[in-house]
Amino acid sequence: MNAIPWINMIVALVLAPLLPGVINRTKARIAGRDGAPLLQLYFDLWKLLRKGAVYSRTTTWVFRAGPLIGLAAVLGALLLTPFGKSGAVLAFDGDLVLFAYWLGLMRFVTVLAALDTGSSFEGMGASREVFFSALAEPAFLLGLLGLARATDAISLSTILPAVTAATWLAMGPALALIAAAWLVILLAENARIPVDDPNTHLELTMIHEVMVLDHGGPDLGLILYGAALKLWVMGALLVSLLTPVRYGVAWQDALVFLGGMLILAVGIGLIEGAMARLRLARVPQLLMGALALVALALMLIMK
Amino acid sequence: MSLVLIAIGLLMASALAALLLARAPRLATICGVGGAMLAGLVGLIPSLRVLLTGAHESCAMAWHMPGGSLHIGLDAVSAVFLIPIFLLTALAALYGGAYLRPFWGKRSIGFAWFCFNLLTACLILVVVARNGLLFLMAWEGMSLASFFLVVFEHDKKNAREAGWLYMVATHLGTAFLLIFFALLWREAHSLDFDRIGALAPGIANAAFLLALIGFGTKAGFMPLHVWLPEAHPAAPSHVSAVLSGVMIKTGIYGLVRTLILLGHPPAWWGWALVGIGLSSGILGVVYALAQHDLKRLLAYHSVENIGIIVLGLGLGVLGLSTGHPLVAQLGFGGALLHVVNHALFKGLLFLGAGAVAHSTGTRDMERLGGLAKTMPWTALTFIIGAAAIAGLPPLNGFVSEFLMYYGALLACLPGGMANPVPAVGLVAGLALIGGLAAACFAKAFGIVFLGEPRTDAARAAHECNWAMRLPMIILAAACILIGFGAPWAVAALKPAIAGLTGVPAAQIFGGAECSMMLLMKLTIGFAAVAGIVVLLGFIRQRLLKNRPVRQAPTWDCGYAAPTPRMQYTASSFALWFVDAFRWVLRTERRRSLPQGYFPDAAFMTTETPDGFRELVFRPVFAQIRWALASLRWIQHGRLQLYILYIAVTLVALLIWYASCL
Repeated sequence: MNAIPWINMIVALVLAPLLPGVINRTKARIAGRDGAPLLQLYFDLWKLLRKGAVYSRTTTWVFRAGPLIGLAAVLGALLLTPFGKSGAVLAFDGDLVLFAYWLGLMRFVTVLAALDTGSSFEGMGASREVFFSALAEPAFLLGLLGLARATDAISLSTILPAVTAATWLAMGPALALIAAAWLVILLAENARIPVDDPNTHLELTMIHEVMVLDHGGPDLGLILYGAALKLWVMGALLVSLLTPVRYGVAWQDALVFLGGMLILAVGIGLIEGAMARLRLARVPQLLMGALALVALALMLIMK
Repeated sequence: MSLVLIAIGLLMASALAALLLARAPRLATICGVGGAMLAGLVGLIPSLRVLLTGAHESCAMAWHMPGGSLHIGLDAVSAVFLIPIFLLTALAALYGGAYLRPFWGKRSIGFAWFCFNLLTACLILVVVARNGLLFLMAWEGMSLASFFLVVFEHDKKNAREAGWLYMVATHLGTAFLLIFFALLWREAHSLDFDRIGALAPGIANAAFLLALIGFGTKAGFMPLHVWLPEAHPAAPSHVSAVLSGVMIKTGIYGLVRTLILLGHPPAWWGWALVGIGLSSGILGVVYALAQHDLKRLLAYHSVENIGIIVLGLGLGVLGLSTGHPLVAQLGFGGALLHVVNHALFKGLLFLGAGAVAHSTGTRDMERLGGLAKTMPWTALTFIIGAAAIAGLPPLNGFVSEFLMYYGALLACLPGGMANPVPAVGLVAGLALIGGLAAACFAKAFGIVFLGEPRTDAARAAHECNWAMRLPMIILAAACILIGFGAPWAVAALKPAIAGLTGVPAAQIFGGAECSMMLLMKLTIGFAAVAGIVVLLGFIRQRLLKNRPVRQAPTWDCGYAAPTPRMQYTASSFALWFVDAFRWVLRTERRRSLPQGYFPDAAFMTTETPDGFRELVFRPVFAQIRWALASLRWIQHGRLQLYILYIAVTLVALLIWYASCL
């Protein structure tokens, strides 16, 4: 059995909470502040895991199962996520569908846990979450379909490593369109500006943060860690697509990939620093725009 | 084969016994439920045997009808449809025995069981009939029996209207089937299915279109679905489960059988099926999102799931016609597995909705809430069904959709179909349907079972008894079992896929090893996630062991007096979707806004009537009615003259027949 995918996965598990740290630090620097430490999320997780818990009287077992299933689902997706140009722990033809649906399961349980509190506030967030993700899902899967066609493979672990400099030379514009659409989806699905603002949850315009308002203690820890992992797995696909370099040596490829993830995190920080959040009514248009980009890319790839 | 006949016999006998015992509801119930359950047990044996071995059993007898013999047969394709029929009707009967208890003495329970068991017998006969005339007779019996079940609560106006609509729709569909079989009879000079061979392309195309409309009406293809969201909610819940779970699948069965009979399909059939699948799937779920009546919402989801099944059939037909056997096998395999899966989770969900209605007296989601505390078993099984129907892993709905995705992805590769547009449409459509269905079931489960009860009726809810609980638990367990046992479930379908594609069962999916390996990895992924959930639960328990765990009110942003009525409602949850799709939904809003400094009570209601019914069928039927008004003098209500009509017609036919000799 090959140990490299397992080592890669452990690296991902350890490094994932660093991404939000890098994003926040970048944002703070742009705003002229020092910002929180890079390792802030690690500190938060450590603190949350040592706390007790407060559960709402309205809630049932659904609320308590939500964080467990949510984190497990995103870990299921991580099992399928290639580490840059190196294959994943679990790879099979069609695994990209399972990847998308694990994230769907995570969303489903988060939404149900939010509805379980009976708070209209969290219902509002849940309603927005399911709507935006329903729009994002076709664009995401069609992007993968385009890449599958471009590389003649249908497993994440064979598609993404097969995107090389030659592929970019042959169909660069289409790949760039898919990457642009995926960036939009990544921002939307991970509750980043311009779709959602991760800094506050007490505004009527929030989506993800408002859904987890009633979680605390270890549950909140699981949710925050799950969110960091979700950013990692979706970022990993984008970075693998955008780095056409493949050395074939595990540690070199790993370094290129980790560098790419760092740049992505800084990039998200720059976007957040430079942009304001969109009005909610504009978000569907943004996501439809992503779908249009993917459709265009598909036309270019299939001709 | 003989066991299937015994099952039919048992059903007929118990149906008659229940009718005779109509005066004694308890005995009639025992007869009806016992007959249906026994028949289910007896019938499952040959169905499973044929499914697993791929054997073909048949039995033909001479009869006095024109067009061939009294011919019935059981092959793997029939078995795929028979298994959900036997399983779901047996479980629904057990549930129905308890569900109909409040109606004892108010309705004829014996007649209800007569219709239920007759419906089951006809469902079985439709699937095993190998002769057009026998098929049509069973088909009509099925329609009539289900009509009487739909109007079970005939003192309610909407039940009568729903029944009437269903009656008209189903007979319009049957009219197309009559022409369809007449066409086959003319070409093959026999109505026995095994005598019907290859047809000329023009005839085959005409036959396909007739079958598409005739069977599509029963299956509920958009826009022929208009009867479905009316009739299914009107029936008692165990009947709704059977109607949605297995009866509309007879439409799919008819289409599948037609595809087998008509032989090698042209590509445009595949295009047509994918187009119908997309429209039914997407519009079905969009309409479902706008509903507040739990059973109506589920009925629209049946339209959606029929759409998914038809997408799989379309992919299969395209694979056959363009010479991509693996794509064809995956498309048909996904469709057939989804037939079974939908019977399981839709049956489960309708039974759950019935338990809710039984316990609270309402199906209006805006009046429910918080039932997970008072009805824990119903809630647990409903959430499993909800996740399964949304296609989420690790449940059965994901497995069938995965097969279709996989086939469509293969078709899109450079070595795949020359024109991959339908496959791209299938991927995009399934992704959109998946997202919307997840949203819709988050709404259905979240609003009904979670949060605080919105009314006193919801507060007073109670769990249903074991006879109603057990069927739901068995169906939920089956959903989980097919999810985790995907490699074996798919392997069991190979003989049926072989029947549809003409490839030997051993070579389906490129041999046994190949497909087993791939699906085994799926199972490994499922098991890994399930294991992680247990592990995380254990870790959290250890973490919280010696720490304070308190109960408190939900965070209310500092507002001192929140009430359950302030919760997000089903309508508000779906508002984004209703807004985004208002160009198809045309939701009507009635409201009176608060006015002045001391506002009175304000209200707002929304209602989403079926667009096709309102804008297409209602005007068309109004025109027809107007045009036919001049013929009304024929309908005068005098019985003796009606008998005269019949006699004159018979004599005329006799003369015509004699002149033909």
